[in-house]
Amino acid sequence: MNRKTKLALLEMMLRIRKTELRLAEIYRSGDLTGALHLYEGEEAIAAGVCAALNRDDFITSTHRGSGHCVARGMPLRTLIAEVYGKATGCCGGKGGHMHMFDVDAGIMGTTGIVGAGMPLATGLGLSIQLRKTSQVAVAFFSDGASNNGAFHESLNMAAVWKLPVLFVCENNGYATSVSARRSTSVTDIGVRGAGYGIPGVTVDGNRVDRVYQAASEAVRRARAGEGPTLIECQTYRIRGHYEGDDWWEYRDSAEVEEARRRDPIAFWQAALVEDGVLGEKTLDEMNARIDSDIEDAVQFAAASPLPEPEQAFVPAHPQPA
Amino acid sequence: MTRSLTYVEALREGMRQEMERDETVFVMGEGVGLRGSAFKQTAGFYDQFGPERVRDTAISELAIAGAAVGAAISGMRPIADLMWIDFTTLACDQICNQAAKLHYVSNGQIKVPAVFRATTGHLRGQAAQHCGSWYAFYCNIPGLKVVLPSCPSDAKGLILSAIRDDGPVIYLEHKMLLNVREEVAEDLAPTPLGVAAIRREGADLTLVASGLMVPESLKAAREVEAEGVSVEVVDLRTLMPYDSECILRSFRKTGRLLVVDEGFRYCGLGSEIISLVIERAMDYMDDSPRQLTARHTTVPFSPPLEDCVFPNSRTIAAEIRDMFGLVKL
Ligand SMILES: Cc1ncc(C[n+]2csc(CCOP(=O)(O)OP(=O)(O)O)c2C)c(N)n1
Ligand SMILES: [Mg+2]
Repeated sequence: MNRKTKLALLEMMLRIRKTELRLAEIYRSGDLTGALHLYEGEEAIAAGVCAALNRDDFITSTHRGSGHCVARGMPLRTLIAEVYGKATGCCGGKGGHMHMFDVDAGIMGTTGIVGAGMPLATGLGLSIQLRKTSQVAVAFFSDGASNNGAFHESLNMAAVWKLPVLFVCENNGYATSVSARRSTSVTDIGVRGAGYGIPGVTVDGNRVDRVYQAASEAVRRARAGEGPTLIECQTYRIRGHYEGDDWWEYRDSAEVEEARRRDPIAFWQAALVEDGVLGEKTLDEMNARIDSDIEDAVQFAAASPLPEPEQAFVPAHPQPA
Repeated sequence: MTRSLTYVEALREGMRQEMERDETVFVMGEGVGLRGSAFKQTAGFYDQFGPERVRDTAISELAIAGAAVGAAISGMRPIADLMWIDFTTLACDQICNQAAKLHYVSNGQIKVPAVFRATTGHLRGQAAQHCGSWYAFYCNIPGLKVVLPSCPSDAKGLILSAIRDDGPVIYLEHKMLLNVREEVAEDLAPTPLGVAAIRREGADLTLVASGLMVPESLKAAREVEAEGVSVEVVDLRTLMPYDSECILRSFRKTGRLLVVDEGFRYCGLGSEIISLVIERAMDYMDDSPRQLTARHTTVPFSPPLEDCVFPNSRTIAAEIRDMFGLVKL
């Protein structure tokens, strides 16, 4: 990995983290409606995988999707405006945080239905194969979704047809209040690839370098026509399931504190300092750039108008005249 | 003895009493155990009944519903919590092709005493995939019963009946009613399935509603009362099989019908009830029957957009005024 990539990975993780924390702050102030599922602590996965992609590749995301959107380069202005429900949001306020789309950035949607992104990514892969382009499709999902039929059916179909798809499982240990331990038949979800005759790898999802490496190899395979890969990235859901969720009844605070010590950003930052790649000045500039982008986006979103009511019926659904 | 309970507390008490009374009753679903469910519907159950009867599951809607059916046809009375009605689509084969049909197709050898619970209806900011009011869809499947309580007493009374019923029942919980409070009897009798309730008597208009649309309609009825229109409000409670006699009785008295339906219009519950009165009580009709439904759109996120989609007391009152040629004072 060259110096530029190393720094870009750090900057992207910081950009995601700071955006998430800013959203949490705005949410607490009471300015947002709806459920907000944040991604703090899982940044290395979005950053590492998306760094291995090209601009014209596709992703499908989850209900915890703002990190993926940032990593794919969705403008922060339209992202935050959408979370505010503003007319200038990426979906004009129709979607909100759980339903964000940006076709220009290859973001074929965050979703409110757990597992729904995997069949879609399979179809994106099918279209790529039929149109004979060299794109790939990535489905992000978490441990909980890997217990749904959508996962198993998609892996099988993608495997049979050798579709250019990456199935990226962000195993953060929980599906709402239900731990993976209590609901998932295997500890390493990567082993499920074998059941479908495709490579299934398990990596430390808090190590951005390892995620990037695994994704790069899977992308190479996909573009070479060798078919899909399952990549399990093991991480931890630091925050509650949604903002305002208090988690203490189903997990121990010690577990959360322990996970905080494995922070992916702190690790990578230290590694780059050690490497001599990162100096104080570079880091300050990085932080300043991100802070000013986020501030600009929040100002923009707050100042933007709400959509006009008649927009509720645009685009129109088919119905009798 | 009665106590003041919220809708969700009343539902919980109903399930708890049935689980205490009948060992074959158990609950399963995503987060029903340690967490006590997304809206605390099963809070305390895990400690009281243990992990065997209060089962946290994976996010496997088809298997949850199917395992409920399998357990139900072999001596158990499962309550499967599918969280949001929007996610029941993933369980549809087991609900619509298995649970609904096994009793009939086995020529009555098999019974399916399963309850499928899910929250329904809109709630601020829940948007496209968490605001479904798809009861009409399940009403359209022979073999299923569908209930939707509008108040705490029925939240309890209907869950008692749903659990005791020998066939599959879809039990819907309205997200906007969960914290509504009223006095509920500890030894409440089950609310019979298939029986509507007259929530307010009136002479000029029969207004049929269910779930959240009941309190919204009552509010509208009080408003137009001052303007000289007397509205009778029928709360369906059971959407399938609905209480046609109660609706017809009221309609024969008033000669006018308005159905207020949080679901969508086309092939929906409102259309069904309008065709009932046309087919069975045409002679009593004084005016064209009407329905006020959700607009035919995906539910948008942004509040000013969402506000255009669902009926509420204001739009219901406006519809009534329009029917009676009144202008708002
Ligand atoms: C099909 C479906 N079932 C249930 C839900 C309710 N729900 C929303 S998020 C969630 C947990 C998801 O867990 P996981 O896939 O591990 O994702 P994570 O929240 O950990 O990112 C559940 C059960 C849903 N949105 N869709
Ligand atoms: Mg998870």
